[in-house]
Amino acid sequence: MAERRGEARVPTVIADDVHIVYRVHGGGSGRGSATAALSRILRRGKDDAARGVREVHAVRGVSFVAYRGEAIGLIGSNGSGKSTLLRAIAGLLPTEKGKVYTDGQPSLLGVNAALMNDLTGERNVILGGLAMGMSREEIKARYQDIVDFSGINEKGDFITLPMRTYSSGMAARLRFSIAAAKDHDVLMIDEALATGDAKFQKRSEERIRELRKEAGTVFLVSHSNKSIRDTCNRVLWLERGELRMDGPTDEVLREYEKFTGK
Amino acid sequence: MSETTHDEPVTLSGAASPDEGLAPAELAARHGLSVSGARPGLAEYVRQLWGRRHFIVAFSQAKLTAQYSQAKLGQLWQVATPLLNAAVYFFIFGVILEADRGMSREVYVPFLVTGVFVFTFTQSSVMAGVRAISGNLGLVRALHFPRASLPISFSLQQLQQLLFSMIVLFLVAIGFGSYPDLSWLLIVPVLALQFLFNTGLALIMARAGAKTPDLAQLMPFVMRTWMYASGVMFSIPVMLADKPQWVATVLQWNPAAIYMDLMRFALIDGYGSANLPDHVWAAAGGWAVLFAVGGFVYFWKAEERYGRG
Repeated sequence: MAERRGEARVPTVIADDVHIVYRVHGGGSGRGSATAALSRILRRGKDDAARGVREVHAVRGVSFVAYRGEAIGLIGSNGSGKSTLLRAIAGLLPTEKGKVYTDGQPSLLGVNAALMNDLTGERNVILGGLAMGMSREEIKARYQDIVDFSGINEKGDFITLPMRTYSSGMAARLRFSIAAAKDHDVLMIDEALATGDAKFQKRSEERIRELRKEAGTVFLVSHSNKSIRDTCNRVLWLERGELRMDGPTDEVLREYEKFTGK
Repeated sequence: MSETTHDEPVTLSGAASPDEGLAPAELAARHGLSVSGARPGLAEYVRQLWGRRHFIVAFSQAKLTAQYSQAKLGQLWQVATPLLNAAVYFFIFGVILEADRGMSREVYVPFLVTGVFVFTFTQSSVMAGVRAISGNLGLVRALHFPRASLPISFSLQQLQQLLFSMIVLFLVAIGFGSYPDLSWLLIVPVLALQFLFNTGLALIMARAGAKTPDLAQLMPFVMRTWMYASGVMFSIPVMLADKPQWVATVLQWNPAAIYMDLMRFALIDGYGSANLPDHVWAAAGGWAVLFAVGGFVYFWKAEERYGRG
């Protein structure tokens, strides 16, 4: 599968011993009662654990080099640190230790957080586009494509209604359509393929293949071994925040399937 | 889950190349890769922020619209809320407590309403600032943009909110005999300076609130103390006439009091320059520049750390 062997390989993402730690307040042994909180404050100055701040070591020392033209799948059981690692690569989560070097600005295919349920679909398209860093002209040029792709208007004029009136499937489709409207250098997709009905899933897989052609490197997080096999040529297997295996899709998936007992 | 057997990752895709054997940092340097999520320089940061100006404006307008979209009266609440606020304060301080010492009713009512609106502008900017990062972690962890966009956008939302309140304020002023004249033009620079000050303060609070979310609980008390100390519903020199002079001077020079007094001076016919402290415009400009520049730099210093839980 390593088809670029021999020719000059251009690295686009280098992860060097990346550690990521979440600090969670109020997750300590105290059951959140006022007296527990007070005693935590009184114990201040000691280590974090005593103050009710729990540390979650989500990614532990992951290193790899990704090259241009690669499509890399990230697999592992729930809570193994896949999404966290993606966010660190995108520069959205600060690393505790180690560094991530990237070529250009990697972008996460995720615009959900910028959208507001109380606004119309129309305004959300504009807001989401602006949040991803598109210009007003770009959005205007692509507006119709986004709406058509989402298929929101197939059952009547829904785009001018507030998003809170959409069914969950419709909202997910619109979100994916907005997120996929932009071209990216390094693109990261986090379980985006699981939205919408069968027809929409097909359409979005097609769009992802298109994005892959335009992007230098694609990262895909998925629990579907099939969609990893269909789209990726290399797989990173994370387990408990550690990189368990890194290699061609077939070899890693074989081991992974053995591990999960399929 | 079964036992973990491999401790070392198995690397299968290694290929011989001139890059072989280079440390990650050297490899990155060789191919011109930069550290992901590193903080840009101040000039570059300002440039990025300018590039996102459309997002900042659109986000503030969206927040403003979303605020009342579930209410039956809809956007009418933009005007009705400040009007009700003014009525409550008038009832308590004008009718019950009679805090209007030394002022005729024609002056006191617009005096009070101006104070309430102008202070609310700063107060809500601060409260929105505290939650600007900590309340939008989802957005911060999903998309890339200069984080200062958020507090600036929230201050801008409050400015637009204030512009609605200004409609009420104009009606109150006219209703109590202060008619539009040239001095009303001073409202524009006053609002501009106060907006700068508020934005700077919101940036400071955003960084503090990102590190210590508890501030959101604490700030209402701080803001209320500040409100009572700034002469929102009484004239500082009159109320503090029997206290040492320096107390009144300090209170009058605090930024909230300065912007309130300037706005009253601009709007109300019976509120002359005698009520203003010396060098009031210099103070208004000084506070604005100090907080806007200082707050911006302070916020930028922690840019790469926003987003950690």
